[in-house]
Amino acid sequence: MMEKMIFGRFIPGDSIVHRLDPRAKILFVFLFIAIVFIANNAITYAILLGFTLLAVFLSKIRLYFLINGLKPVFILMAFTFFLHLFFTEGGALLFSVGFVDVYEEGLRQGIFISIRFLVLVFMTSILTLTTSPISITDGIEVLLGPFKRIKLPVHELALMMSISLRFIPTLMDETGKILKAQMARGSDIGSGPIKERVKAVVPLLIPLFVSAFKRAEDLATAMEVRGYRGGEGRTRYRQLNWRFMDTLSLLLLVGFAGLLWYFRS
Amino acid sequence: MKGSILSFEQVTFTYVPEDEAVKPAVSDLSFSIGEGEWVALVGHNGSGKSTIAKLMNGLLFPQQGTVQAMGLKMSEESLWNIRSQMGMVFQNPDNQFVGATVQDDVAFALENNGVPHEEMVVRVRESLQQVKMADYLDHEPHHLSGGQKQRVAIAGALALRPRLLILDEATSMLDPQGRREVIETIRELREATGLTVLSITHDLEEAALADRVLVMNAGHKQMEGTPDEVFSSGEELTEMGLDLPFAMRMAGLLKQAGVPMTGESMTEHELVEELWTYYSSK
Repeated sequence: MMEKMIFGRFIPGDSIVHRLDPRAKILFVFLFIAIVFIANNAITYAILLGFTLLAVFLSKIRLYFLINGLKPVFILMAFTFFLHLFFTEGGALLFSVGFVDVYEEGLRQGIFISIRFLVLVFMTSILTLTTSPISITDGIEVLLGPFKRIKLPVHELALMMSISLRFIPTLMDETGKILKAQMARGSDIGSGPIKERVKAVVPLLIPLFVSAFKRAEDLATAMEVRGYRGGEGRTRYRQLNWRFMDTLSLLLLVGFAGLLWYFRS
Repeated sequence: MKGSILSFEQVTFTYVPEDEAVKPAVSDLSFSIGEGEWVALVGHNGSGKSTIAKLMNGLLFPQQGTVQAMGLKMSEESLWNIRSQMGMVFQNPDNQFVGATVQDDVAFALENNGVPHEEMVVRVRESLQQVKMADYLDHEPHHLSGGQKQRVAIAGALALRPRLLILDEATSMLDPQGRREVIETIRELREATGLTVLSITHDLEEAALADRVLVMNAGHKQMEGTPDEVFSSGEELTEMGLDLPFAMRMAGLLKQAGVPMTGESMTEHELVEELWTYYSSK
């Protein structure tokens, strides 16, 4: 189950989308989220869907892989679809089952909202699938740069993010070890009523916390000894390169927004 | 011996200065390390080793005495200057890996010291080559063995081109192979660059490779000398909870059993050498 989830996972590759600057990709996705709301009729939603599929194609992510990985999201989508289908009134009455009446408008809204949901999830997944977490962090740090003026600790936030990402596998390993150690002492985490299972997690979390704090202390010492003094006067090893393709992708998005605006009713 | 790179002069440090009854962690300690030396600081747990390490890099300041490094007296002002000239490798391989990948981690200290990007790329490559990890540029830490992680940590220290490399129990959490890797790396580094090394350890096998050994016990300097000199007082070391290297213990036992040994065998190789010459001349 967890292996199939593709939320927040990064698949290394060499497509045009992979090579885009992370800043361009983050800006692109944020603008796209706003642009999605321009669509309001059949043509515009069709264009929206087409554009998203084009992006999937360019990223060379297999559509099957994407759909398979986003299964849990589809359940949510189906839920909103039926919600709209049953509770939106307007237009001709299509049919009624028992006490629910399904109207034309409800069907329309249901389909539109589902498409909106789908393209949003697809686009954000493309971002995380084609950009390594560390690049996303770099991109966010640079994009948030202007907010340093209002005393937002941008560098610190980015460093916190990258260190957390770096320690996820380490802490996962640790959890596995503690789990085995507790199991060897007869703790039973996998079965029993919910209440028992939640209780069994406590002896897992406490040692994990203790060791995480120990690690944090060690890491702080190591960082200090290696000359870490905050963001001031620091240079960057990772350089971001804004290329023509990045500008082009954003221009393309603006053109796309214009197209939607033209066809909207 | 060229100029001293690090020196302690009558340094006393206690964690609880208010309480007279608590013994200081380090008391009246003086020693100095010359440029190009390999010094091993050995001692049992609680002998004051890790406190000394913290005094060296300015994480702690002594109540009495002075710590000098790179010709500067350790103080709040000189701290960062001194730190930029010494590299330090700690015990836990995981807890000192800051970067997301090998190259990011090696670059960390360079970034902190404001080294320009082009220079950084060169130095990262260079120092990874020195520890033979150049093929692992983009590897993430959880895909590396303990020994590899420690070698990356050494590269991270070397990238700053330090005058002194301090290994604070850097091999104690490694398996035998990882330990060998790291020690071998240090040996080669010393041969190639003549880097000054201070290794803080309780592994006497590692200490045997040093030029000079300082033995700490309960906050005092108990012994000082070449590995030969220090190891010849076997009994005393064992009493302090330090285990002699296998070859040394073996030689001692053979001597007790009446086999004439010169008593200077340090490494396994030398022991074997001595044994076969003895056997063939019998």
